[in-house]
Amino acid sequence: MKRTANIGALAAMLLAGSLAQAADPLAAISTAARTDKAFSGFSAERGAALWERKGKDWSCSTCHTTDPRQAGRHTVTGKVIKPMAPASNPARFTDSAKVEKWFKRNCRDVFNRECTAQEKGDVITWLRSIKP
Amino acid sequence: MNTTRDLQRLSAATALCLVFLSAPLAARADGAKKPAPTNPVWQEECGGCHVAYPPRFLPAESWKSMMGSLDRHFGTDASLDARAAATIEAFLVQNAKRSKTGQKADGSILRITETKWFRSEHDEISAAKWKSPAVGSAANCAACHPNAEKGSFRERDIKVP
Ligand code: HEC
Ligand code: HEC
Ligand code: HEC
Repeated sequence: MKRTANIGALAAMLLAGSLAQAADPLAAISTAARTDKAFSGFSAERGAALWERKGKDWSCSTCHTTDPRQAGRHTVTGKVIKPMAPASNPARFTDSAKVEKWFKRNCRDVFNRECTAQEKGDVITWLRSIKP
Repeated sequence: MNTTRDLQRLSAATALCLVFLSAPLAARADGAKKPAPTNPVWQEECGGCHVAYPPRFLPAESWKSMMGSLDRHFGTDASLDARAAATIEAFLVQNAKRSKTGQKADGSILRITETKWFRSEHDEISAAKWKSPAVGSAANCAACHPNAEKGSFRERDIKVP
């Protein structure tokens, strides 16, 4: 019994380790952004502006609030959405596949198009710069 | 040693453990004897924007048409990669509402809240209540069924705000 528990704990540790070592999602985004010759780094200021920019009906802040340290609310379903700023929610921007999936969906919903690597990098840079 | 493979196996094993751990926790379906069926991919991918609606509330035909148009999902983009979509569709179809007559169901109904069953079960709730700020949408099951997240809609848990 004890043995099984130990193996379980080991498996959990290995899994956690492999997740912790996963590459920073921003690294892949900045590689993509650099293919544009005009690229000159990400800007927290531009990221903050994009957050408030209204598209078809919504902006990012419609569901994620204007203060990303706070929990948001899905504007149609009412479901609570955990805070977007890593200062309040360290799980944010740790999983590349998740980050890309949601940028794709939410940018299409808000702006009717996908966001560019520059825009995604700006948003992450801004959210990461927010202090608790 | 093939680490990627090992890791995949490890996460598969972990996912399996999660299934076994969560199955008994998942509350019983309205009076049903068996625990509500669950699946980690479905829970993660279909529970992000609203509660993961239990498969038993719609027939297989409805789930199939819904899974074929996730990029236009009730006014939002809920698109998924093909692998996750296939896993979820199989789970939904397997646990879907079964027809009592053996007749093929009408797959054009995509909303649980538009089924005859739902309407008659909820016929005492006023139009004003559905639209009240605390509820917002009939699809917001958790507003009145606090254990909806766990798949439970039991009568004795119901609390209309
Ligand atoms: C209609 C509601 C809605 C709008 C509008 C919206 N989002 Fe989201 N967003 C969500 C939901 C729901 C999730 C997934 C739930 C969660 O992760 O807590 C999410 C998750 C994300 C994530 C995943 C982050 C991570 O690492 O966990 C990113 C990135 C994101 N949104 C960016 C944006 C951006 C950028 C905009 C504006 C262009 C935007 N969202 C607008 C609802 C919305
Ligand atoms: C990007 C956000 C998002 C994701 C992800 C998502 N949905 Fe939805 N879903 C919605 C919205 C928005 C509605 C409309 C809710 C309303 O009208 O109140 C909805 C409604 C529904 C309804 C109808 C509810 C009713 O009115 O009876 C079903 C069923 C449903 N979704 C199933 C799914 C399934 C299955 C998945 C996973 C494959 C999924 N959803 C993933 C956003 C999402
Ligand atoms: C405004 C509150 C409200 C919302 C929102 C709501 N329900 Fe209900 N629901 C009720 C009430 C009240 C009853 C009890 C009706 C009765 O017994 O007469 C009920 C009964 C039920 C039952 C039968 C329970 C039993 O044991 O008899 C099911 C199943 C159910 N609801 C599912 C859902 C689902 C699925 C959703 C979301 C798609 C939902 N409900 C949304 C209020 C609500």
